[in-house]
Amino acid sequence: MADHEYNEVPPELQRNVFFTTLDTIYNWSRGSSLWPMMFGLACCAIEMIATAASRYDMARFGMEVMRPSPRQADVMIVSGTVTKKMVPQIVRLYNQMPQPRYVVAMGSCATAGGPFKEGYNVVSGIDKFIPVDVYIPGCPPTPEALLYGMMRLREKILRQSIKTVPWYREGRDDIPVPVLGPDIFDVRRKDDIKARVRELAAARDESSEA
Amino acid sequence: MFGKGILRGLGITARHLLETYIDDVKRIPSRYAYDRRLIKQPVEERGIFTIQYPEEKRVLPENFRYIPMLIFDDTTGEDRCTSCGICAKVCPPQCIWILREEDEKGKPIPRPAEFYIDISICMGCGFCAEFCPFDAIKMNHDYEIAVYRRFPDLVLNKDELSVPASYYAQLYPTAWAEEEKRREEERKKKEARAKAAAARKALAAKKKAASQKAEAQDGETS
Amino acid sequence: MSETMPAVDSTLPYNDVVPGAVIGQDGETLIVAREKWPELARYLRDKEGYDYLSSVTGVDNLTHPKRKDVERFEVVYHLYSIQRGGGPLVIKVRAPEEDPEVPSVVSIWPGADFQEREIWDLFGIRFPGHPNLRRILLWEGFHGHPLRKDWKEAYYEEEKKPFGSRWPKGDYPREKMRLPWQEERAIWQDNVVYPTDFAPDTWQPPEITYHFGLDLYRELEGLKTDRIIVNMGPQHPSTHGVFRMVIALEGETIVGLEPEMGYLHRNHEKIGERNTYLMNIPYTDRLDYICSMSNNLGYVLAVEKLLGDVEVPERAHYLRVIMAEFTRIVNHMWAIGFLLNDLGAFFTPALYAIEERELILDLFEAASGARMMCNYMRPGGVARDVPEGWLDQARKLVNERLPRAIDELDRYLSENEILLARTKGVGYLSPEDAIAYSTSGPVLRGSGVPYDVRKAEPYSIYDRFDFDVVTEEGGDVYARYMVRIREMRESVRILKQALRDIPEGPVMPPGKQKYSFRVPPGEVYQRIEAPKGELGFYLVSDGSPNPYRYHVRAPSFINLTALGPMCVGYKVADAVAVLGSIDIVLGETDR
Repeated sequence: MADHEYNEVPPELQRNVFFTTLDTIYNWSRGSSLWPMMFGLACCAIEMIATAASRYDMARFGMEVMRPSPRQADVMIVSGTVTKKMVPQIVRLYNQMPQPRYVVAMGSCATAGGPFKEGYNVVSGIDKFIPVDVYIPGCPPTPEALLYGMMRLREKILRQSIKTVPWYREGRDDIPVPVLGPDIFDVRRKDDIKARVRELAAARDESSEA
Repeated sequence: MFGKGILRGLGITARHLLETYIDDVKRIPSRYAYDRRLIKQPVEERGIFTIQYPEEKRVLPENFRYIPMLIFDDTTGEDRCTSCGICAKVCPPQCIWILREEDEKGKPIPRPAEFYIDISICMGCGFCAEFCPFDAIKMNHDYEIAVYRRFPDLVLNKDELSVPASYYAQLYPTAWAEEEKRREEERKKKEARAKAAAARKALAAKKKAASQKAEAQDGETS
Repeated sequence: MSETMPAVDSTLPYNDVVPGAVIGQDGETLIVAREKWPELARYLRDKEGYDYLSSVTGVDNLTHPKRKDVERFEVVYHLYSIQRGGGPLVIKVRAPEEDPEVPSVVSIWPGADFQEREIWDLFGIRFPGHPNLRRILLWEGFHGHPLRKDWKEAYYEEEKKPFGSRWPKGDYPREKMRLPWQEERAIWQDNVVYPTDFAPDTWQPPEITYHFGLDLYRELEGLKTDRIIVNMGPQHPSTHGVFRMVIALEGETIVGLEPEMGYLHRNHEKIGERNTYLMNIPYTDRLDYICSMSNNLGYVLAVEKLLGDVEVPERAHYLRVIMAEFTRIVNHMWAIGFLLNDLGAFFTPALYAIEERELILDLFEAASGARMMCNYMRPGGVARDVPEGWLDQARKLVNERLPRAIDELDRYLSENEILLARTKGVGYLSPEDAIAYSTSGPVLRGSGVPYDVRKAEPYSIYDRFDFDVVTEEGGDVYARYMVRIREMRESVRILKQALRDIPEGPVMPPGKQKYSFRVPPGEVYQRIEAPKGELGFYLVSDGSPNPYRYHVRAPSFINLTALGPMCVGYKVADAVAVLGSIDIVLGETDR
C-alpha cells in the first residue's frame, strides 16, 4: 500500500458522514476476509489445522485462505512456543507482511512462554518483540477457543476507523530483527546489554582480584 | 485409465453431500429441531461434520478441562480452599501463587488471602483439581477467554477465579453427585461420632455429677 | 568402582577380545575406557551382533550425591541387536571435567551422528572423529552448554520444583502492575552470562560450514560443477513445523542435504530435571504433540521400572494399550494426510483423515479431559476410569468406522497415479542403512526390517495380543506410506482384542495417590514403539523426588539422521516427500 498517496484525509472530508459509511464497508470487508499466514510453530499449530479442517471450518469466517507467503497475509497466528532461535525469522516475517497486519498469540506459549517459560531457549511471549492484538490462553486452545479469539480480532477490526488507523501515516513501523548472539538480543536494547557486560566484567575482575 | 482419480474424487464429494441429507432424514429429532444449539456427534454419523461454532457448540464431556476455577459455597459464601498449597506445589509450570491468611499474631488461618493463577502460563493439565483434597479447585469448561491485553487480564485473582458450587455442579453432574454422596457419608459419620461423643460426655458428666454428689454427701455426712 | 585400574581384569566381559576395554561393571552396565571404546564398539557391532545403536546421551555427574568420586561426564550408549531382539547392552564411557572428550562412534554406527552433536551442544563433551561436530539444537555462538548442572538459565529461580515463592507467601505483584515474576528480570539481566568481551555493535555470528552430513557426500563434493545452496524453512509450508533443510543442488538434483533444527528447542530435558516425576507427565504430552498418549505410556513405564514394585491393575493395562493404539491410528492418519499434502494434494486427503482423528480425539477428551494434551497416565495406572458408554463408543468406532475409513484411504490413494509417480522409488533406504542410521518405526519397517519393540522387547501387555509386524520391502516413500496404512489395520486388530477383553475393576492401585514421591536411586531406559518409532526415556534417579537426568530418545530426531542420505540423488521436490514420509514432529525432534 502506498504510504504517501493516502496519507491524510482531506480536511473538507473530515467529520463527514461519508466516513462512517466508508468505515463500515472498509472494516466489514477487511474483517470478513482475514487471511491468516500458514505458519505453524508447535502444538497449537495442530489445533489451528484442526480449526481449518471440516469440523470447525474457518472458511465460514472467510479465513480459509491460508497464505504460505507473508506478503499476502493479513493476520499472523503465532501458534506455539517462540524460541530464541526462531524469533529473528518471526520478526522478519512480520516485517514482510503488508499493513494492516494483525497478530494473534495463540496459546500460553505464544502469550507468555507458557509451561516452557523457564527454558533457556524460550522467549516468554511474542509480545516482547512484536505487538499482539489478541491473546488466546489455553494449552492448546481448542479450535472453538481459536475461533472465538479470531472473532474478538474481528470485533477489534470493526471498531477501527480510517481516520485513526496507523498505517496511512508516514513511515513503516518495522521492527528491528533481533540478533542471535551469546544469547538473543534486541538491538533496541543494546545499551542495556553493554551495561550488563560491563557489570559482569567488573564482577569477574573483582572476584579474580579477591 | 487417465483421469480416473478425478472421477473418484468427485464421487466422494457427491457421496458426502448425499449422506448429509440421509443423516438428517434419519435423525429424529433433527439436528436443527427445537432450535438446538448443542451438537453431539455420534460416531455413526456419516454426513455433515461441521459445527457452526458461535451459533452451535459441541457438547463438552464432563472431564473437559481448560483453566482452573475456585469453588465457594453457595449458601455460606465461604471458599472451600484452605490454602494448604498442594495445588501450588503440584503445578508443573508453577503458575499458582497463594498467600495464606494470617491473624495478627502471625498464626496461619486456613483461608487464602490471595490466590493468583497466571493463565498465560497454565498448561491445563488438571493436576491441581486432581490432587486438591478439599475439592476446592476444579477445571472450568469456559474456553471463551481471549483478551486484548495480557496484563492484567490473564492473571486471574481470587475473585475472578471464584465460581459458586452450583456452577460446578452443573458442569460436573457425575462428580458432584459422588462428592455429595461422600459428603453425606462424612456428615453422617461425623454426626454419629458427635452423638457418640455427646453420649460419652453426658455419661461422664453424669458420673462426675454422681461422684460429686456422693462426695458432697460424704462431706455432709462426715 | 575403580576407574583407573591399570591391570586388565579378566573377569569382566570382552576383556579377552579387547584387553583393557572394560574397566568396570555396574549391574548390567559396562564401563569402558575411553581410548579402547572404538575398538570395542567395532567388535560389538561385527562379532556380537549389536548393530542397532538406540540411544546415546550424556550425564553430568557434578551434583549427583552418589557419584562424587567418578569423573564428571559420562556418555551412555544403549545397544540392541536387531536379529536377537531383547534387552540392551549399556555402555558408559566417562570423561573428566578438564578434558571432556569421548571418541566418536559415527564411523561405526552412523546413527550416532545427531546424538553426539546434541551431547556436544548441551553438555560440551567433544567427540574427536566426528565429521561435523557443531551445535545442533542451539545456534552457533551460544554461550555455554545448558544441560551442565552448573549452567543457569535466564529465568532460573530455584534448583528444584516446587518453588518456595509460590506458597505460603505467593505474592504475585499483579496489583502493582509490574511485569510479573521472572519477567521483571528481562532476558539480558541477572542470570544471562555474557562473555566479558561481548560487544553487541560489532558482534558477528561464527561462520558455519555445512558438511552435508557424513562421508557419503565427500565424493560428490569433489565434482567440478556449480552448485547452489537452497534453504528450505524454517517457515515453509511443507516442513511440518519449524524445520530447515540446507540443500545443495546441482541443477535440480540434490547432492547434499543437511537438516538444521532447534527452532522448537523447548528445553524439555532441563525443565524435566527440575520437575518432579509427576510434573513431567504433562510435559511429555508436548513432546510428540500428535501422540500424547504414547508419550505418557513410555514415561510412566520408565518411572514404574524405576519404582520397582508397582502393581498396575488389569483394567489400567488395557486402557493404556487402547489409548496407545488409538494414538497410532491418529498419528498415521495425520501422517498420510500430510504426506499427500506435501505431494501436492493440498488439504483434501488431510481433511478426510482429520475427520476420523476428530472422532478419536472426542474419545480422548471424554476420558482424559483434553483433546491433544491428554495427561492421562500415571505411574501405577491411569488418571481416571473412562466414563459410562465410552467403551461402547470406542467399539463402534473400531468395529465399523475406522476400518471403513482406512479402506477408503487405501482405495482412493494407494493406486492413485500421482501418488505412485511421486513416491515409488523415491527416497530409497536400504535395510542395512536403515539399521545403521538407527532409524525406527515405519522408516525401518518400510525398508524391510521386521523390528517392532512391541514384539522385540514386549512392554505393558502387548504380548497378549495377536498382531503382525508390518514390513514392506520397497524402502521408498511408498513403502513407508503402505506400512502406515497396514499398521493402522494392525492397530484396529489390537484394539478389537483389547476392547473385547477389557476387564472391570480399579484403574489405580489402592491407596491415596501422592503428588510427590521419592524414587529409589538407579537408572533406567524404557523404550516403547511409539507411532513414529522407538521412543525411549532414560531416567537417572538420585533418590530425590526429581529426576537427576531425564533424556528422551526421540524417534523423529534420530530418524532424521537418514534424511540426508535418503534425499541425495533425487530431485529437490522429492525432499519434501521424503521428509513427509519420515513423519517428523518438531516438538519431539527439538524437544
